[in-house]
This record gives sequence, C-alpha cells and structure tokens, in this order.
Amino acid sequence: MGVWIMAGITFREAARKKILWTALLAGAAFLLVFGIGLHFQVGDFRNSAVPPFLRYQVISAMLMIGLYTVDLLAVVMTTLTSVDTISGEITSGTIHAIATKPLARWQILVGKWLGFVAMAAVYVALMFWGAIAEGYWIGGVMAQHPVRGSLLVFLECIVALSVTFMFGTWFSTLTSGVITLGLLGVAFLGGWLEQMSGFTEGSRLAMVGIISSLVMPSEAIWRRAAFEMESPLSGSLQFSPFADISIPSIAMIVYASVYLLIALAIAVYHFGERDL
Amino acid sequence: MRDLTLTVRRGEIFGFLGPNGAGKSTSIKMLLGLAKPTSGEAFVLDAPSGDVEVRRRIGFLPENFRFYEWLTPAELLHLHGRLCGVPASKLSQRIPALIDLVGLTPHIDKRLQNFSKGMLQRIGLAQALVHEPEVIFLDEPTSGLDPLGRRTVRDIIRAQRDRGATVFLNSHLLSEIEITCDQVVFIREGQVVTSRDMRAQQEEAVRVEVRARKLSPECVSGLSRWSDSVQVDEERLTLTTRSREPLPDILRFLVGSGAEVYQFTPQRLSLEELFISVMGEDRGF
Repeated sequence: MGVWIMAGITFREAARKKILWTALLAGAAFLLVFGIGLHFQVGDFRNSAVPPFLRYQVISAMLMIGLYTVDLLAVVMTTLTSVDTISGEITSGTIHAIATKPLARWQILVGKWLGFVAMAAVYVALMFWGAIAEGYWIGGVMAQHPVRGSLLVFLECIVALSVTFMFGTWFSTLTSGVITLGLLGVAFLGGWLEQMSGFTEGSRLAMVGIISSLVMPSEAIWRRAAFEMESPLSGSLQFSPFADISIPSIAMIVYASVYLLIALAIAVYHFGERDL
Repeated sequence: MRDLTLTVRRGEIFGFLGPNGAGKSTSIKMLLGLAKPTSGEAFVLDAPSGDVEVRRRIGFLPENFRFYEWLTPAELLHLHGRLCGVPASKLSQRIPALIDLVGLTPHIDKRLQNFSKGMLQRIGLAQALVHEPEVIFLDEPTSGLDPLGRRTVRDIIRAQRDRGATVFLNSHLLSEIEITCDQVVFIREGQVVTSRDMRAQQEEAVRVEVRARKLSPECVSGLSRWSDSVQVDEERLTLTTRSREPLPDILRFLVGSGAEVYQFTPQRLSLEELFISVMGEDRGF
C-alpha cells in the first residue's frame, strides 16, 4: 500500500516539474517539425522522378531518425526529472517526514521509482506513438515492429532511471546528474563506434563499443530497437544510419534488464543503510 | 554521541536541551531510525528504534519542516495520514479539525509554496498528529512562530499530554521548555550533564528575596543554618536555600528576631539560570 501511495505522490510531483513540461514542449515542437518535414518530403517526391521503392526507403529512414530523437528526448527527460528525487529530498530534509512513517526504506525508494516509471511510460507513449502516427498518416510508412520498438525505448528510459536512482543515494543532485549523463554520453559514443566498426569489421573498435555498452547499455538497447523497427530490406541496404551493421543480440537486452535490476537493488540497499 | 542514557516516562512532556552541536537532533534521528548508532541501543514504545511497525504510533515534526510545495494543507495531511494507515473516512473528519487546531483554517486553500516559515511549522505539527500517535517527537516546534503561534503550540503539546501521549521536545526556547515540560535533560557533547524534574518544585533550589527593617547582625548570621548564601543590602536581603521546605521556619525566625518583614518572595531558579550554570561559557548556543 505504502509503495503505491509513494508512487502516486511521486508521479504527481514529477508531473509538476518544469523540466517535464519543457521536455513535452520540446517533444511537441519536434513532432511539429517532423510532421512538416515529412509533408514537404512527400510533396517533393510527388513531383519528382524518384522511383516509389526509393521514396519509401527515404521516408522510412526519416522515421527512424525521428524515433531516435524521441529516444534521446525520453532518456534525457527521465534522467533530469528524477535526478533530485532522492538526493534533493535528503538535502532539503523533506525525506525526514516520509522516512519516519511506517514504511520500510525500500518501499519509499521503489514507490518513487514506480512513479517515474509511470511518467516515462506516459512520455514514451505520447512521443513515440506520435512520431509513428505521423510517419503513417503523412509519410505513408510504418515501422516493422513498433510495439517492440516502443518497449525497448521504454526499457532504455528505465535503465537510465535506475542508474540515476543508484547514484542519487550516494551523491548530491548535481554530481549524480553529471555521472548519469556522462555514462549516457559514453554509451552514445560507444554505440556509434561499434556501428562504425561494422563497415571495416574492425574488432578493436567493436570491442570499445561492446565495453561501453556493458558499462551503460542504453545505446545498445536503441540499436536493437532500430533493428526491430526497420524493414529487413532497408536495414540490409543501409539506407538509414541505424542499418543492421552491428546488431546487439537478445543477450544484450537480457543483460540490460539485469543491469537495471542490479542498479535498483544497489539503490535500495544503500538507501536503506545510509543516514538521512 | 557517547554514553547517552535517557529514560522518558510515558505520558510526560520531556525537554531535551543542550547547546548547538550537543547531539540533540542526532539523538532524535537515532530514536526514529533516520540514523544508525555505531553502538548501543534505543527503544521506543518497547520496540527497537527504527522499527517500522511501531512508527504507526509515533509522530515527528522535523526541524524546519518542508514538503512538496504544490500541496494544500488538507492534501498534505491526507497523504501523511494514509502513509500512517489511517482510513480515508477517519481522515475526512480529522483533517479539518487539525487544520483548525493549528490555526490554518484561513489558509486552507493556499498551497504550501505560499506558506511562511511559521505556517509550515504549524502544518508540520499537524502532520505529526494526524494519526493520533502515542509518542510525539518535536524538533524545534516553535521555530519561526510568533508569540501567538508559540502559545498555540504550547497548548497543543499540553493537550497531547492530557490525552495520554508522550512528547519529546527539543527546543532552544528555554522559557517555552520551562512552562511546558515535566522533565528536562541537559546534554553536552553527546552526554547527559544533568536533569531536572519540573514537577518536583519542593526539591528545587530557591532564591528568597526579603525586604525588611530592623535586620540585626545576629539575625543575618542566624540565617546561615538554612542558607550558605546570604546577602544584605540595607533593607534588602537575598538568600538561597536548597528547597522550599525551610521557608516557613526562616520567616518565623526573621519575625522572632525583631525584623519587620514587608516582603518575602521565594523564586525558583529559572531554567535559563540553570542552563548557564550547567553549560558554563558560551560555546555558540
């Protein structure tokens, strides 16, 4: 019961943060620009001699770039809205009134985590399916497995959330935010290095990418999502930057799921042990 | 903290005093399970400190109470009541009465972001009482309150004791402690220095101020059998006794010695005087 009360109040608290509304506004602006871009591209194709097959591949590639933007926005928004929920409330003393109620520490932390999970779910649902809908209605293209893709983007958000919680039980808001965003940056770079390694079959570059993905598997989850959503043809023809040159395996998704559970478990343990 | 041993009786208002850095807030945090002692043990309501279930019977007002600013007072109390396991039906009756008790009815529609520090303390006190706890820890409850607010808090604390609750009060305001508490303990550097039972007035040292004429030297020297400290300034005589017990004998002795007594005023040593005498020089209190 206490977990759900905490989840509810955390969701309401998160929904009042300016950063969430800024992210939603940024998302709305993105959807607007994306829709206009698709509209113009479709109009230009109508008056050109580009064959229909190529038109479809170009619009599909645009959709993938749009979904990648959604992915980045969702992960950054999840990190920034949740970064002060533990460390900030410890610093301000707000946590004292909660932690002295008949709730175990794990219930407080897991309740807060669930509140942000719900918020990330709403954000991903709005943004991801908004982009998918625009691709379909304006561009006439549909992702191969959009449900799998949206679930993987959601998983990526939850990984970032759990890591943010873990550092939030140790460090100040600013420090834990910088560390989490730094790890996301490492994953971003590593993911692209691994993708590049596919062109030359360079094992050393691939190894750097794999190690980066093990340290922070967020970008690997996206590349798996991209593989699931791209049509097999456009993936193999390398029309989009996310073409299936180096595809993270299902084992990497299992690893990411275990990774987030371990990060959450460490957060629960340390929050339970530390002085407030 | 080191070698801190305390016993608080049920149903009393217990004052916890000490200079800055003495360990008052740390002690409360350990009793509530917010901080873990490196050694030793503490029990609240016969349960080890920090026990989750026993917290249903404990209320706590932290120093400088803060909470989510977008809540109204009723929403805040509802949330804390639900966290304590109070049924929603009971809360709907209890919350308006609590808001009225702490004097926030005129501000019932405001959000906490528009509250002053004193108003936050009041709603913080209300959340500590929302589940009618058996033990209430109050860390500087009158901080930021005006004199009327302090009086309200004092009345609420007494009312809680009257319904059988135990109140553990940590405050800098010695005058508040003096008129509210049943027992006080002074700590310094994590150790109990002394304690005082505020109800046992007969046992406390008393200073007597006397105004009288015809105070003979024999009369003044004769007072030494009751007092080590006798000072005379013309018609003013001041002496200190260890208790109130000998006061009638002293008065009879003065009159019997031929002194014309106009005033005989026993005064209890104030808590502030006691605090200063116990703590010594100012170390930042």
